[in-house]
Amino acid sequence: MITEKIKTRLKEQILDWFEHNPKRIYISVAPKDIRLISDYLFKDLGFRFATASGLDTPSGFEILYHFSFDKEGVVVSLKVLLKDKNNPQIDSLATLFPAAEWIEREMWEMLGINFVGHPNLTRLLLAEEWPEGKYPLRHEHSGEEGHGHAH
Amino acid sequence: MSHKVVIPIGPYHPLQEEPEFFRLYVEGEKVVDIDIVIGYMHRGIEELSEHKHYDQVAFLVERICGICSTSHPFAYVNAVEDLGKIQVPERALYIRTIIAELERIHSHLLWLGLAGHFIGYNTVWMWAWRYREPVLDLFETISGNRNHYAMMKVGGVRRDIRDEDIPIIRKTLDELTSATEMFKGAVMDDPVIQWRLKGVGILTRQQALEWSAVGPTARASGINIDVRRDDPYGAYDRVKWNVIIQKEGDIFAKTVVRILELFESISIIRQCLDAMPKGPIDADVQEIPPGEGIGRVEAPRGECFHYVRSDGTNRPVRHKIRAPSYMNVATNKVAAPGGTISDAALTLAAVDPCYCCTERTAVIERPSEKKIMNGWDLIEKSRQKTKHFLITRGK
Repeated sequence: MITEKIKTRLKEQILDWFEHNPKRIYISVAPKDIRLISDYLFKDLGFRFATASGLDTPSGFEILYHFSFDKEGVVVSLKVLLKDKNNPQIDSLATLFPAAEWIEREMWEMLGINFVGHPNLTRLLLAEEWPEGKYPLRHEHSGEEGHGHAH
Repeated sequence: MSHKVVIPIGPYHPLQEEPEFFRLYVEGEKVVDIDIVIGYMHRGIEELSEHKHYDQVAFLVERICGICSTSHPFAYVNAVEDLGKIQVPERALYIRTIIAELERIHSHLLWLGLAGHFIGYNTVWMWAWRYREPVLDLFETISGNRNHYAMMKVGGVRRDIRDEDIPIIRKTLDELTSATEMFKGAVMDDPVIQWRLKGVGILTRQQALEWSAVGPTARASGINIDVRRDDPYGAYDRVKWNVIIQKEGDIFAKTVVRILELFESISIIRQCLDAMPKGPIDADVQEIPPGEGIGRVEAPRGECFHYVRSDGTNRPVRHKIRAPSYMNVATNKVAAPGGTISDAALTLAAVDPCYCCTERTAVIERPSEKKIMNGWDLIEKSRQKTKHFLITRGK
């Protein structure tokens, strides 16, 4: 079982382990560990990077990195919470595997999260005319005003 | 002395059914690098989804794509059912599977036709689309619509497949089997097609892994993945079928994967028709609890991924959607360089980027008058056509 391997190897990094069912695992980790853990899943264990979901929540920006282990049909979602709503940032995974390049650009333009070390942090989907510093997936409680540009 | 020239393809071009912009950097005729610019079709559906209730979202996401229109609602209902641990009636699982496989057939035939057209083999284009048409007619018979079938709902399906439609489905499948045999011979054994497509636009296994390619694009590069087998949903774990793998990673391998998958889809539908039990088609879901769910579907182009978070109200607080082309189009960054400009045009199309080409009648021109049809006219026209179907098929 792949999940046992992860539990043993990452026991110091896992903040919370939630098993919705045997094929849907959610692991909360610290933002500073994201590169180390992703590298382990992708390169050592052979996980496929499916995508990432960025969310604006009252307690901060949340990112779920969804990794798929196709041999067992398991989706492991790494959850991080970026508490600093004024300056949300996290290390980029795009230099570990190019599959993360586009979705990080998307989360950058939609939520204003800065991905440190991304080779090409430019707009992916939004039009050129879209105003700078306005992030369509931020909720009202984040406040459109007074937010620094996240780049 | 090498001199780099930029050749723009797109964003709007008669050969592209959808706006996409590729910037080819060429030295002589050789492509050395490529920029991919997307976003011309961005409609903000993830954000829109946060403002619709759970039943409406199925209709909304059906409109993401006009070709694999059932893949998104299917992945969405899988996500919500994962979230709420909802048991779907057995018959509904079979109906969902039949619809999804019919969709794969018409989508693969559409691609095959376009591929034939791109390499100048217009006979393949005409054939493929001629055999695709009866599949769309089947959809109209089953659901009333050729393209947006509106079959999926949280907890089940919206319409049953009537007993009297089953012989029609079987007859179309028989005709498709012989047509697919013909394609297998006419395309896979054709020396000219082999010469044009073999060794072109190669995506190596290692590259496919690094870019996390999915679907036929990954399977043609030797990666043994298919959500239908790996993380079964619908009735896929109740029928027997094979995952088609090729090793070469070139355009020919992608073509072979799609042609052979047609046979598997036909087989899956036949088995579903045989094994489909009687019974209810909807679990009648009343409430979605707080929580989060992930739903996946093997769309014709690969894994379609939906993440839904609920706070217990009647609308999702977040709905993340990742279409297969999102992963596959990005692989052109490594698959197109190294080839010639004319190869690049094929390579870019070989991942089967998702075209929205379902716009049918909008204006009818007559010599004397010009009539613009509005939405209601189209609905009326659709009703007449369905009525015509029912009459001609003796119902």
